[in-house]
Formats: sequence, structure tokens, C-alpha cells
Amino acid sequence: MAKAVVELRTCTRDFGGVRAVDAMDLAILEGEFLSLLGPSGCGKTTTLNLIAGFVEPTAGRILIDGEDVTGLPAHRRGLGVVFQSYALFPHLSVFENVAFGLRERRVPAAEIERRVAEALALVRLDRLGRQKPAELSGGMQQRVALARALVYRPRVLLLDEPLAALDKKLREEMRDELRAIQRSVGITTVFVTHDQAEALGLSDRIAVMSRGRIEQLGTPRDVYERPATRFVADFIGASTILRGRAIGADLVALSPGLTIKVSAVGALAMGRDVELAIRPERVHLAAAPGTGTAAARIEGIVYQGALTEVTARLGDGQQVRAFVTEPAPLPLAPGQTVHLSLPADAFMVLA
Amino acid sequence: MLKAAVTALVAFMTLPTVVVIVVSFNPTAILSFPPSGFSFRWYENALTYPQFQRAALNSLWVTLGAVAVALPVGTAAALALERGKLRLPTLWATLLLSPLVVPGVAAGLGFLILAASLGMIRSRAVLIAAHVALVLPFVVRSVWVSVRNLDAALERAAASLGATPWRVFRRVTLPLLRPGLFAALLFAVVVSVNEFVVSLFVSNRVTEILPVAMYSYVVNYTDPTIAAMSTLFITATFAVIWLADRFTGLGRVFLHHR
Repeated sequence: MAKAVVELRTCTRDFGGVRAVDAMDLAILEGEFLSLLGPSGCGKTTTLNLIAGFVEPTAGRILIDGEDVTGLPAHRRGLGVVFQSYALFPHLSVFENVAFGLRERRVPAAEIERRVAEALALVRLDRLGRQKPAELSGGMQQRVALARALVYRPRVLLLDEPLAALDKKLREEMRDELRAIQRSVGITTVFVTHDQAEALGLSDRIAVMSRGRIEQLGTPRDVYERPATRFVADFIGASTILRGRAIGADLVALSPGLTIKVSAVGALAMGRDVELAIRPERVHLAAAPGTGTAAARIEGIVYQGALTEVTARLGDGQQVRAFVTEPAPLPLAPGQTVHLSLPADAFMVLA
Repeated sequence: MLKAAVTALVAFMTLPTVVVIVVSFNPTAILSFPPSGFSFRWYENALTYPQFQRAALNSLWVTLGAVAVALPVGTAAALALERGKLRLPTLWATLLLSPLVVPGVAAGLGFLILAASLGMIRSRAVLIAAHVALVLPFVVRSVWVSVRNLDAALERAAASLGATPWRVFRRVTLPLLRPGLFAALLFAVVVSVNEFVVSLFVSNRVTEILPVAMYSYVVNYTDPTIAAMSTLFITATFAVIWLADRFTGLGRVFLHHR
């Protein structure tokens, strides 16, 4: 197993009575791209600030390369940080922005010249060194910020929602570029985001956070396909959650007349209340009733281009969401009764 | 209608200045208007009058001294107001941001009594200290505006790049505060150079600054020398502001034109 570069050991951070980070344990491994994913206020940015040294933990230790850096100020941690607002120095040229960290390290002038040029080439901004940041577009500014954070070869790269300020198309381009650069440099990276698509597409591992705690830590496939908690299932992939009672090793009754077959990893405990999650893309519209289908009444239809989001209510009153790809197998209208195909292997049993 | 009103208002406001300038070129020794001819003799008189020369030098030193103290102290105060976790923040802001509301006579008397109790009556140090107190609110306010506009992420970024707190201040904070510091400098100079009432209390013939010397002159003589001196004073003040505007585009911060 790869060794841990950054370790948080039961780190807690309070801001005047509010617990932003709650006894967190996290090890970030050599060379990996780890995302801290969660809604706003979940403590992901505070976690990043703890690692960067911008805020100190109220309790707990922080280690970098096995060395305790708790209490060590940011300027002595040697990490690279990219901010959501870019935070480029407006009074310095692009060249001087990128050279900043090298100058602070008293690198000889000739080497600064060479390494800044390399860094600007890495982010495809060579020849723009003399411009001021304000003369560049948002995407270019973010690349300058990336070059600035990478040029002195930091141990860890910390990215605080670096794509959030860009428009959608640019964001997707930057996402791919960011991943390519991170791979080519091979730097251990922590990426803070509230955007699940970004986290799923970029990460080696994702830490899904809620209320200052890690709900689940795993590969994108893990957290998407095997959410550990109801929060994760709900936050990632917008699952439908159904409540019921186990009436057999693989049978769950939502109501006396409505039984669903699930192929869970282990056998269900008889008589226990369970929560099932199913992704909207796994729910299909069936032409006729059959095995694994349930009747439902359509309540809402939202056309989204590539797919149509359909909300339907089952006989017991619980709602199910389905993504129907175009062309729809049958004409859809609110109030219409349809048969939803709910594959047994699409259900996730939540703890 | 509105245009005429504005013209009248501007005329009314500038009239005293115009009268002083015109009178300063009067060839006769009487402060009369309109003038009876044209002459530079009162300028010659003003520039060669020893007490004006001494007072001009005093003004220079007092203003330099006051600015040298008020600028760093005021900058620190502005940073503390915005960043420091002060108890009673509104009280501090009120004290540091508003010019003294007490009448100049009261303030002057206060400084005089303080100086006397310290056994430093009529010392230059007291004069400079008084000027520091008078210009400080202008300095703090000007710098404070720049501090408020400063993005704290920039300072964090500099720290993450390896800059010590002092280097962050030198390379990021200070350069970004420059417009505010420049406005502060200008305010401080203008206020200090024009200060009269408090200076009258805490100076004597040897230490008095130009406005006080001009007042003393008027008390004793009534010839256009004082008009010539005033015209020079006005010209110098305008020149400073014009140059500042020219070289820094300060007008945007200062006068809201352009």
C-alpha cells in the first residue's frame, strides 16, 4: 500500500461554537487525487485550510510525510494551493506571480527564468509572462494560479473549488487539463468540490463529507455503486430512497401489497426495517406488468434534452425518479399509470 | 436656471480667493479692491520677510515629522480596525475614523496644558504630536478603504507560496494599499500645512508654522504682503494636488471625476 503523505488524526475545528470539522481521520496517499466532496458547509474547505495551515485544529494532529506539522504556519509547510478566486497578485505580472514562490525560496535568477518558463509551458501560457492577471480570461488566470502553485514542486497540491468560477464548457476543458497535468507531474492532490460530476471524473478516491465528518471514503465507483450511508446515496446520483420491511432474504415489502425483490450482497434480516436506494438511470418504463415491475402514476415530467426526468408515485405513496432516454418508449403524460421496471440488482441496501 | 444657480454658487465660493489673488498684485500699500495697478513688490516682500522664511521651514519640518509618524501609525491602526479582533470595535472605529469633533480652541488648550504639565511647553515635539493627532483620522480613513478592498485570499496565497508574514506584508499587502497610502499622505500634508488654531496654542515665534506667522503678520501690519503670501500658499496647495492627480490618477479615489 502506498504511504500516506498527509494524515489528519482526529482533527476537530470549531468556529465559535460551530463544529466545522469533527474528529476527522484521513490519510492521503502518495500520488493520489483525492476529492473532498460535499454540500456547502460540510467542512470540506475547512479541512483543506487545516492541511494548508491557514487555520489550526482545535484538537487533533496533522502530519505531512509522517512529520507533525500541527501549529506550523502555512509558509513553512511547502504546499501548493489554488484558490477558487484564483488569488493572483494584481500588481505583479504573470511571470512574477509564477516566480513568487521561487523568489521566496531564494532560487537563483537564471533558474527562476527557466522554471517559470517551464511552468507556463505546462499550462500552455508561454509568451504571456509580461501580462497582468487582469488582462487574462478566467480560464487563463486559473492556469496561472496552477502554474504558480506547481512551479516550486510542492509536496502536495491543494485545490479549493478551482473550477467553480468558470462557465460550464470551460470548466469541462479545465477539468480534463487539470487531470492531465496532475498525472504528468504525479503530485499528490487534494481537491475540494461540491460538484459530484467533477469528483467522480477526476478522483482516485472521494471522501464524501457531511456535517464535519467523512460519510464514506472510496473510489468513485465505490461511492456511486455502493453508498455506505443514506446521505451518500442521496447526495451522489440523486437516488430515490424507498422504505420497507424485509420479509425474506431477498424480499422487501414496501406495503402489504407491494413487494420488491432485491439482490443484496448479504441476506436481509427478516422483519427488519430497511432503506433501499435506486438510481434514476436504473429505473425503466416497462410496456406491460411483469416480474420486477411496479405500477406507478406519473406526477412530474422534466425534459432535459438527452433524457427526460420522470417522477412517479407508487401505490404505497412513495416517490420514484426515473431517467427516460429519448425517444421515450411510450407517450408520457402526468396522471398516466405506467409500469416501472425495478431490477433486483439495481437496489442498494443502506445501513 | 440650475446652471445659473451653480455658477452663482461657484462664484460665491471662489470670490474671496479671487479677491486675495487680485489684491496681491496691488502696487499700493493698502488692501483695497479693485487694485490701482500691477506689481510684484509684495511677493518680493513676502519671500524676503525673515519670519515667513523661518515659519516656512518650521512648516516643512512639522509636516514631515507629523506625516512620518501618522502614516505608519495610521496604517497599523487601519489594519487593526479591519483585522484585529478588537473589543468594542465601533468605539475604536469612531475614535480613529472621525476628525476631532472638539473645537480647535479646546484641543489647542488641551495640548497646551498637557505640554505644560510635561514641562515641554512650546517644544517642537508637542507641535508635531498635535499635528499627528489632527491628521491621524484622515490617514486611518484613507488606508482603511484600501484595507477593506484587499482580498484576504491574496495574503493566504502569498503565505502558501512560502512568504513569511513580514514578506507577505512587504510584497503583497503594502503594494496593494498604495492608493490608500498615497491619498493618506496627501490628506495629511494638506491638513497639517493648513492647520492654524491648535498650532497657535503650542508654538512661539521660534517654532511657529506658516499659517500662524501669517496671522501674526496680519495682526501687526495691513499691506498686501499677506495677500501675496496667501496666493503663494494657494498655488502650492493646488500644485501638490494637481501633480498627485497627474502622476497617480488619484482623482478617481479622491474627487470622483474622470
